[in-house]
Formats: sequence, structure tokens, C-alpha cells
Amino acid sequence: MSSLAVRKTEPAAGTTPGAAQGPPLRRRIALVPTLTLLIGALYTLLPVAWVVIASTKSGEELFSTFTFLPGSGFVDNLKDLNAYRDGVYWQWMGNSAFYAGLGALLSTVVSAFSGYALAIYRFRGRETMFNVLLAGVLMPPVILAVPQYLLLAQADLTDSYLSVLLPQILSPYGVYLARIYAQAAVPADVVEAGRMDGASEWRIFSRVALPMMVPGMVTVFLFQFVAIWNNFLLPYIMLSDDEKFPITLGLYTLLEQGANTPALYTLVITGAFLAVFPLIALFLVIQRFWSLDLLSGAVKS
Amino acid sequence: MPITKRSRLSRVAASTVAVALGATALAACGSDDDDAKTESGPVSLTYWTWTPGMDKVVDLWNKGQGKKDQITVTVKKQASGDTLVTKILTAHKAGKAPDLVQAEYQALPTLVSNDALADISKNVGDAKGKFAEGVWQQTTLGTDAVYAVPQDIGPMMFYYREDLFKKYGLTVPTTWDEFAETARALKKKSPDTDLTTFSANDSGLFAGLAQQAGAKWWTTEGDKWKVGINDAATKKVADFWGGLVKEGAVDNQPMYTPAWNKALNTGKQIAWVSAVWAPGTLTTAAPDTKGKWAMAPLPQWTAGENKTGSWGGSSTGVTTDSKHQEAAAKFAAWLNTDDQALTALAKESGIYPAATNAQTSGAFAQAPEYFSNQADFYTKAAEIAKTTAPSAWGPNVNVAYTAFNDAFGAAAKNKSDFAAALDKMQDATVADLKKQGFGVSE
Repeated sequence: MSSLAVRKTEPAAGTTPGAAQGPPLRRRIALVPTLTLLIGALYTLLPVAWVVIASTKSGEELFSTFTFLPGSGFVDNLKDLNAYRDGVYWQWMGNSAFYAGLGALLSTVVSAFSGYALAIYRFRGRETMFNVLLAGVLMPPVILAVPQYLLLAQADLTDSYLSVLLPQILSPYGVYLARIYAQAAVPADVVEAGRMDGASEWRIFSRVALPMMVPGMVTVFLFQFVAIWNNFLLPYIMLSDDEKFPITLGLYTLLEQGANTPALYTLVITGAFLAVFPLIALFLVIQRFWSLDLLSGAVKS
Repeated sequence: MPITKRSRLSRVAASTVAVALGATALAACGSDDDDAKTESGPVSLTYWTWTPGMDKVVDLWNKGQGKKDQITVTVKKQASGDTLVTKILTAHKAGKAPDLVQAEYQALPTLVSNDALADISKNVGDAKGKFAEGVWQQTTLGTDAVYAVPQDIGPMMFYYREDLFKKYGLTVPTTWDEFAETARALKKKSPDTDLTTFSANDSGLFAGLAQQAGAKWWTTEGDKWKVGINDAATKKVADFWGGLVKEGAVDNQPMYTPAWNKALNTGKQIAWVSAVWAPGTLTTAAPDTKGKWAMAPLPQWTAGENKTGSWGGSSTGVTTDSKHQEAAAKFAAWLNTDDQALTALAKESGIYPAATNAQTSGAFAQAPEYFSNQADFYTKAAEIAKTTAPSAWGPNVNVAYTAFNDAFGAAAKNKSDFAAALDKMQDATVADLKKQGFGVSE
């Protein structure tokens, strides 16, 4: 990653290595990669298209009309969803935004601190700590949910907003990414120069290093936001009060209503459709921070 | 992925299972001592349930009887299914299970063997008379204890398209032999139409059919469990359906899929072996055929017999973690036996009550809207409910059900021997019981 950050001119992406060596030829569309990517795009976009179209169908149309034929029930679906248990859906949406927004923000802050510390300072046990962290990256958070529940139960914190927030603040992957990024983006010379000028360590971090780390931190924030937004098992185990449920859990209760009650498919589909918008909006808004790019360094090499 | 997650979760729960069962009844007495003195002062209880509209029913309690007794109940709506059992057991491990839980009948042995449900026989004993024998027996697990109060039941019935039966010149089968003949006759008249499907995804349906045939999947012998999943009665059921699938007389596709909905809605499948809650499912699955269906008793194994199985149904239990077990039991009894509560449950939640007097109450005077052509729908249903055969659940129903899905799924797809699949299911269940540390007699 660090070499990538330094190198400014790269061979044009998409060309085969052999072609890159020779004189610039007329660019040909590489058939196999393009086809593969197209299939990949189709594979990811089809379910989205399904949700979009299915959300416009009324209960009668859902399973009886052609899959990709838009229906006529979108407005009714919205109304039903809005009316379901006095609009508890919006409560779930708000909860999800709260968990994901605050959780991702705190997680980014923690990641920035620890990533910077691991990258810049030399101290005993640094590598061990980092290796333990790497092990944490490999550990799927799913298997931690039950132990975390038992732990938080000891502290009487279950079934609270904190119980979902706390376990998601420390993200090994976030710290890992922050360290890698800080190593590449914050040159030791800059930190040294700051010290020479008599700036405190905090000042160096907050005024000099942090601005350089912004694009990386935006990435950490987005990753964490999406992870928390989509998380199911942790809130499922932690929460029992459905007013605190995030959207994933809320929609699940609409599906599993017991054998004698039909699942509320139209509401779930419409709900899932609406739940995508905050994520899309977030990506659109935050995208511009990425364009700062890795090149806006302070030291020319 | 969700499946592995789920099974990993249940593994965690399973490992917490009390190792020595001792007797079937892991009497959860200890708690009685704490509650020896009558409670005074206001009590507040939490209740995990998936029943829609339950909050409105509980409001009746909080404003009426509960206000008098100073017992306030708060509903925390959950998603139904096996995952809820796991969630309850996880919470119980931390000592944080809610006071009241809704549990399906087949989950009760699991909860009891984990010491999660309290014996409330002292507080709800006189409720017994309000329920059919076979229903009540499921909450006692064959002991003197009472671990839950029955809430709703799912007696099984035979649903068919009245108009299409007439069109194809079919009569409603009263025995399973006639059922097979009907399926074959239909195939001859209209090769593209199926009478119904054997769904290898719905273990609850198969369990109900076996129950009707007299199967007893879990019984106790002394202090050991005996598993009879491949007993003669179940074998009979498996061979019957296996034969129909093999000769192509019925379809072998799973239920509850869009394709299945379509088959019902377009008359490609013209009958459904289901339970009393079928009208709700049909309303969403086959909206265009409203008013064209009719309900009849399940076909019998011997002509003149009168038996049915059950598919679904649940109860209200009090947890051992509750600090107010007496108050919680009082609420559980009220919820499932009080006339006002039962009427509200029928109206708000659309459940079919377990309490026999409620089955013929005013709330069930009218047929469901979908069955407006069959005015005596609920009168008939109440009669059928009385004929429910006893069921016998054990502490690892979820394992048996998973094994069913795997073994029968493959057998139905390949149209191979169902009896072999049944043996696989038996073996998996016995192996799991042993692994959990239960004594198993063979």
C-alpha cells in the first residue's frame, strides 16, 4: 500500500502487462475481463432491481405478476409501512442512524488514535499488539456476539442503546487500516519537524497528522457505518425492546410473526428499499472527501 | 451464511444444556421458596412475544385486572422461531430472561431441560379444565408440573378448491387411500395439475401428519429418553408420501415459495394439507381464489376414525429468572383463559385459541373472510380441534427438524426412499441427545 501511495505514475489500468511494455497501441476492449465484470455487475444489481420493482407491487401483485413488471401499490405500501404500529419503522430507521452514525464516528476516532500511535511511536510490545489486532481482524464479529452479551449482562447494560454501541466502537479492521494509512500518509519527517518547532504531541496529531489522514479515516467511517447499519446478530441478542431495534431487526420481526400470521412481505420489501437510501446518500456526500486523494502529502520525495 | 450463523448459535445454546437430566421433570422448584410470601407493592413484568397486536391485549390487563392487582406487563415484541428459543436461553444464561415468554409447544422440553421455565402448577392448576386433554398435556411434559399455559393451537385440516374438485369430478377424500386415489385421478384428467405437494421444508407439517398416525417421537423410559422417529406409524406416513412423490401423483416442490403461491393462485395445485390458520396464509398466497376454497377434516388412516395432528400453536411460560413468578403466572392464566382477553386475542392477533370455550365464542361466530362461502368454518374447526391426537416432544426438536430438512429435502428431490431418510433423521436425533448428555434408551 505504501509503495502505491508514493508512486505517482502507474501503467494504465486495464491493459495487459505485455501491451504496457510496447509502444502505445490502439486500446482494445479486453473481452473476457469486461464480460466477467458485466456478469458481476448484473449479479449485484439484479437483486437491487428486484427490491426496487417489488416495492411497487401490492400484496396481490407481488407473487402473481411477472417479476420485473412494476406494480401499482407503491404509495399504498408506503402508507401501510408508515401506519404499521404507529410508524415504528421510522423509529427503527432513526435507531439505525443513531447506532451507525455515532458508532462509526466513535470507532473512527478510536481507530485514528490507535492507528496513529501504532504507526508513529516506537514502544515495547508494539508489534505484538499489532499482531493481536490482526488476529482480531480475522475473527468474525458474529462469534463474539454471545460472549459480549454475557459480558454486558454482568454490567447490567443489556437491552440498552449502549449495549449495541459499545461493542462496535473498537473495530480491529479500522485500527489496522488507520495504522497502514498513517504509515503511508504521515511522513516521519513531518512529525519530526513539528517536534523541532516545539509543538506538543497532541498538537502534532490534531493539526498536522490528522488532516493528512482524513481520506483514510473517511474510509474507516464508511466501512464501520455500513457494517453497523447491516449488523443483525449483535442487536438481535442484545435488545429485547423493539423500540430500540435497528432496521435489520425490525424488518425481521415483520417476517417472523408466527405460523398463523402471514409474513408482511410488501412491508418488508418496501422497508428494505427505503433503508438503502441513507447509505446511498452517505456515499454521495462523503465521496468528495476521497478525492483529496493520497497525493496531497506535505513532503515531496 | 445465515444458516451457519444460526446453527452455531444453537450450538452455543445446546452446550449450555444441563448435562444430567435426572428425570424428565427438571423440577424448577428452588424458586418457590423466594416467592413464599405473598407479594406486596406494584410489580412490573416483561413479556417476550411475537404475536401481533399483543400490546393491545395486554393494555386490557394493565387497565383492568392488572391495575387491581398492581401488576403491569410490558410487551417486547420478538421475531418467532427457533432463534427466539436460543435468545431466551442466552438471556437465561445471564440470568436476564424476561418474566414471561411465548414458546411453541415443541420448544417447551428444550426450555425446561435448560431450567429456563418455572413450574407454575400452584398458580394455574385450575386452568386445566379449559383446555383439551391433548393440548394441556403438552405443557406438563407428562409430569405433575405445569410449565406453560396454552395460548393457540393449530389443528390440521384438509383444504381444497371446491370449484376445481367439481370441475375435475373429484370427491373430498376421507381416508389417505382415497387421497392417493384422488391424486392419481386428477393426474389422469389434467396431467399439469397436482393435488398438492410434499414439502420437504416443513418439518412441522410432517410431524403433525405423523402425530395423526399415532407416532410418538420422544418418550421417556425411567430417566432416559426414547426416540421413536422411525416408529411404525411414522414409517407409514413417510412411505405413503414417498410413494406418491415417486410415482409423480403429487408435486415435490417446497411450500411458501413464490412458485408455490403462484401454483395455488392459478389452480395448478388444488388442495393443501394445512391447519386452522390456513385462511391467513391463503389470503396472501392465493388472493385471486378467495371464496373458492373449502375446508374438510384431514383424511384418516382407518375409515371411520376421527383424528388429526397439529401444526403450530404456542403457549405462555414463566421463566425461572422472574422475580415475580406468582404474578407472572396469574397474568399467563388470565391471558389465555379470560373471555375478554381471548376475544381480544382473536380480534387483534387473529390467533385460534387453545381454550375450548373460546373456540365457539362470539369472536368465531363468523367464518374468516377468505372462507365466506363456508359459514360453519369455525364450528367445524372446533369439532376437529377436539380430535387432536396427543403429541410427544423432546429436548432437541430443532435438531430433528434440521435433519428432516436435509434428509427429506434430498429424498423428495431425487424421488428416493423416504424410509431411509427417516432413519437418518432418527440417527441424527439420537446422536445429538447423547452428545448433549441425555440418557437414551435404544
